[in-house]
Amino acid sequence: MGVTTALEWLSSCSGCEIAILNIGEDLVELLTDHLDIVHAPVIMDHKYFGQCGDEGSHLEIPEAVVGLVSGGVANEEHLEVLEEMRKKCKVLIALGSCATQGGIPALMNGQNSAASFEAIYQSSSTDKGAELPNQGVPKLLERTYALDEKVKIDLMLPGCPPNPAHIAEVITALLEDREPELPTKSVCDTCPTKREGKGMVNTVKRYTENVEFDPEKPISEMRCLLEQGYLCMGPVTAAGCAKRGAPSCIDARVPCRGCFGSVMPKGNQMLDMMNALASNGIDFKSVVDRRSMLRFSGAHGNLRPKRSTAAKEE
Amino acid sequence: MGKVLQIQPVTRIEGHARISVHLNDEGNVEDAYMSLMSLRGFEKFIEGRPAEEVPRIVNRICGICPWMHHTASNKAVDGCFGVTPTPTGHKLRELLQVMAHINDKILHFFFLAAPDFVLGPDADYSVRNVIGVVKAAPELATQVVKMRQLGQMMIDRFAGKAIHPIAAVVGGFSKPMLEPERRELLKDTRTLLDFSEYALDFAKEYVFNKYMDVIGELGVINTGFLGTVDREDGSFRIYDGTQRLMRADGSYVDFKGEDYLDYLGEHVEPWGYGKMPYAKSWDEGFSLDLDAPKGIYRANTLARLNVCNQMSTPKAQAALEEFREAFGRPAQATLLYHYARLIELVYACERTIELLEWDGITGTDVRAKVTPGAGRGVGVVEAPRGTLIHDYTTDADGCIESANLIVGTTHNIGPMNMSVKQAATSLIKDGAYDQGILNKVEMAVRAYDP
Repeated sequence: MGVTTALEWLSSCSGCEIAILNIGEDLVELLTDHLDIVHAPVIMDHKYFGQCGDEGSHLEIPEAVVGLVSGGVANEEHLEVLEEMRKKCKVLIALGSCATQGGIPALMNGQNSAASFEAIYQSSSTDKGAELPNQGVPKLLERTYALDEKVKIDLMLPGCPPNPAHIAEVITALLEDREPELPTKSVCDTCPTKREGKGMVNTVKRYTENVEFDPEKPISEMRCLLEQGYLCMGPVTAAGCAKRGAPSCIDARVPCRGCFGSVMPKGNQMLDMMNALASNGIDFKSVVDRRSMLRFSGAHGNLRPKRSTAAKEE
Repeated sequence: MGKVLQIQPVTRIEGHARISVHLNDEGNVEDAYMSLMSLRGFEKFIEGRPAEEVPRIVNRICGICPWMHHTASNKAVDGCFGVTPTPTGHKLRELLQVMAHINDKILHFFFLAAPDFVLGPDADYSVRNVIGVVKAAPELATQVVKMRQLGQMMIDRFAGKAIHPIAAVVGGFSKPMLEPERRELLKDTRTLLDFSEYALDFAKEYVFNKYMDVIGELGVINTGFLGTVDREDGSFRIYDGTQRLMRADGSYVDFKGEDYLDYLGEHVEPWGYGKMPYAKSWDEGFSLDLDAPKGIYRANTLARLNVCNQMSTPKAQAALEEFREAFGRPAQATLLYHYARLIELVYACERTIELLEWDGITGTDVRAKVTPGAGRGVGVVEAPRGTLIHDYTTDADGCIESANLIVGTTHNIGPMNMSVKQAATSLIKDGAYDQGILNKVEMAVRAYDP
């Protein structure tokens, strides 16, 4: 019998679950020999209210040693599932940036979410008179939360998606009863691009043309994208995305947008980046839509509806 | 007193859903619903974002089909900014979008759906899953895991990220393909093509032939279909083409993506967050009545095979001919979605090879000049789960002013509700139900791969 494990997903997209699959062939051995999956909606049929859906009114998840939860908390059902996972799992892991810092869905925290959700049912293609559904569907919370805003989390594994190698490392470390080895630095610290020192750049360009590089040459021959004048969130973003040497987006010759969240758990990627730009003599006001710098870390009160933050931001 | 069975969560699907079966005093089905339980609000929170950033935000709508949202969004932003991608940029996008279909089909058929067939619909829930398949058929399972991983890593190696991609950009693509990369991808795709033919043969013998009686009954409904076909000859297309809306009797109209509002509407019920698209242009309203549905069409694999005149690649065309010979056009049986999915797998491999063999694929002019500005763009692609529509309007700064999305899965919410009701009504009699019967009701949903 392996180590009992439960998986859940809340306000999420299933990218984290695909990242688990992307562990590849090693996953087969983990699943068959080392883990005993007791609950995981994406791959197995355990149900909340008994297998025939006729037992009790409180959702039930079996006890497990390890619990992995992806997605943030955006409605009442997410909260109920998360609390049940906390109650039943010895070690609870927040998997992916939605779970650790809110992720993309927490962009909704930057606006009046109640009005926005209603407006979705009044779109150009929707029948006139339609309203936000309200019968038997989980009520939406006033904003999207990271998991540690609601329950105690034992381990954070960020990334959008998280790196399959790190998921495997965390599981293996738990099986071997040791601390997992995970990156602690920033994307910049792990980026091989060429830095030539502070240059002539004083404003930030939009990414509407490709960066300058020679496709025949390795990433280490390409100049740093910030030095090329693009917004690249590398300095303020946690490392971990690199799979073949270079950070993933840099590998595709595209600037980083911060998908592993802030380097320090409670950091603020927007404020940190504005500081980083300013200290390099770059006018941060040239960044169109600065709030987008919080697109992966809008939970923990970082992103709020515009009226209340306008003064602070400007 | 009657009661309600809450099958929750619906499992081995890619989202959050619940099936509620309402039984009357005699234990017979009075009604049944499948409700989508989550709402995130992408259409609203992309407002104000620079449009060129949006293709790398909306990919988070779905971690299984992020390339579909990524490419549809790029097409929409091209439209907003009035830019035509370079020929190489255009084909690189198609290549990656088609390659992404390969993994998706392996994932759905073998990881999510196959346990019902390999272990049987009535097998205990603790073994009726992919781990059970690994134990019951280790050789097949090892091969499947290897092939899905190969497909995923081909994309990851070339484009930096397979999940939540960044390499398609407004105006084209972020980087060119080198000759050694092309050769490597070609070699790997040939391996996948071999596997796809094996997978189709395997499924014909051990799934479709074996479960023909179940296929003929479970979740069967009668509807129209929506898909995308080549503008010239009506061939099967998934990246670009004209949209085709077919009635249950096989007659159809073709329309341009940007005119979708004239053909499609979205109906809302208070019991689920998912909107239900329907054929507004049929002028008959919306009804899920099993005997007389109104406005109901289906999307996804079976729909695409039904609407196309033919497949443009030889092996997929041979498979389509055999399929049509057996089931007619349009084929209506819900479980045939699985069969159609595997024919699409063959097509996706063949089309990938075609694109990699195109002379211009290693061209270096991958991105056209882009100037942000005001405009409207509608980007349409065929996602694994159905016709995907991204419709954006930008302001003078090239930031999103408004957005409307019709996501692939949602086309089938109405039909899934019909299939669930059909399955539940025919399987649950006089209060007799068990986990195997309720799993069969879920199989009617799983076929649609929501």
